[in-house]
Amino acid sequence: MSLIEKLTYYFEFPFVRYAFVVGILIALCASMLGVTLVLKRYSMIGDGLSHVAFGAIAIASVLKISSDMYVTLPVTIICAIVLLKTGAADSKIKGDAAIAMLSVGALAFGYLILNVTSTNSNVSGDVCTTLFGSTSILLLKDKDVYLTIVLAVVLLIVFVLFYHKIFAITFDESFAKATGIRTGFYNTLIAAISAVVIVLAMNLVGSLLVSALIIFPALSAMRFFKSFKAVIICSAVISVICATFGIIVSILANTPTGATIVAADIVMFLFFHVISLLKK
Amino acid sequence: MAYISFENVTLGYEGQAVVSNLNFEINKGNYLCIIGENGSGKSTLVKTLLGLRNAMGGKISFGDGLRKNEIGYLPQHTMVQKDFPAIVSEVVISGCLNRRGLRPFYNRAEKLRAKEAMERLEISHLKDRCFRELSGGQQQRVLLARALCATDKLLLLDEPVAGLDPRVTEELYEIINKLNTEGVTIAMVSHDLDATTKYATHILHVGQTPLYFGTKEGYMKSAIGHEFIRIRRRKK
Repeated sequence: MSLIEKLTYYFEFPFVRYAFVVGILIALCASMLGVTLVLKRYSMIGDGLSHVAFGAIAIASVLKISSDMYVTLPVTIICAIVLLKTGAADSKIKGDAAIAMLSVGALAFGYLILNVTSTNSNVSGDVCTTLFGSTSILLLKDKDVYLTIVLAVVLLIVFVLFYHKIFAITFDESFAKATGIRTGFYNTLIAAISAVVIVLAMNLVGSLLVSALIIFPALSAMRFFKSFKAVIICSAVISVICATFGIIVSILANTPTGATIVAADIVMFLFFHVISLLKK
Repeated sequence: MAYISFENVTLGYEGQAVVSNLNFEINKGNYLCIIGENGSGKSTLVKTLLGLRNAMGGKISFGDGLRKNEIGYLPQHTMVQKDFPAIVSEVVISGCLNRRGLRPFYNRAEKLRAKEAMERLEISHLKDRCFRELSGGQQQRVLLARALCATDKLLLLDEPVAGLDPRVTEELYEIINKLNTEGVTIAMVSHDLDATTKYATHILHVGQTPLYFGTKEGYMKSAIGHEFIRIRRRKK
């Protein structure tokens, strides 16, 4: 069978088509948000939140809730808002320490809960799936697919509507605040968007690899482009290309989807890095 | 009525007063220089003027058609991100955000305003350049243009020439002075006594207690002014 025939064969399955639509939408959201997070020096928050989401999944599985997103979404959103507030304000526990505490704590409790309560004999298999995604993008239920599509589209609309304000508070928060932009509100909005993106992206690449999906396309684009708009567009394009490529390869070569996408992102980053060095 | 007036204001943070009994006003067309030693409360004053921090006591009032969010701000050079990917026109027009409300995109009037601000600061030729690749003086002009987009009533400049070489410093002062003669009110925090004595119309010298507020001529004659100028001159 030629490559094309093999692909058309796979595309006849609805779950493969779903995986593509969902994967591309998630990659798009993650990359657009990534530019803001990297520039606001919040990359680590993305990483911390994905661990929190892992803990929430563990709780959802104990409670036997059919779709774990109903638990992970609110828990992660609340943690994101709390983290951004502690990171920004002059709080007693500094931002990075708070993130480290929360993320390893959630990881430990998540694993503990899964191990103690699981009825499934293959606990490490379950854990591995949530941490690295393996093939979970291909196993999404219809309900999850619709929820993901709706959320991703809402995020993209919010992002376009607030694009200029996000630029202003990312570039210079005190100026924005002084000229009457409600920075507190928009920071909370960014926190909530990050949480939603992370929960969605966990389906695609698993919780340990989420931050790769968020930061690599942004960093690649920043090597090369000079305007904020160009960086965001380029980051989105890179992310979508890598996600598409990663999903196709993972189907054809039977590799884990998440790790393949992230590997593609890293190769792309190295490519852009070398080009930017050559340009100098 | 003054643009901004402070009556018996106490500034500070975490319960600690840095400046108390602060009385001064900024009137339309003034060129006010705020001077004082390091740690004397200049930055706290700036933050309070911008509404980023609340005063611990006293009364701050805005008048003469100036609203609270109509202060154009030029931050200290170190506060702006050095590696941010943004071109000059993106930075300048972001100053227009406060007049836009919830509308998601800039309209023609705002684009025109940004264009005019760039022309006033003679940076139109830089509009597609990357902000982080500009020289220090050019970056300050871009940020000034952004501040002008936010308002043309009052600009608050926080040590605008820190880290710039003498020639560029002189050019920037000329530009600020030009804006002032065109009717923009200026409030500038400065370490630079020469510029202060050359351009300012009024001087506010802050310390534990406010040491002086009044016209420049009065300051030069006052005992504290004499002392401060003498110390500064000797340091050089």
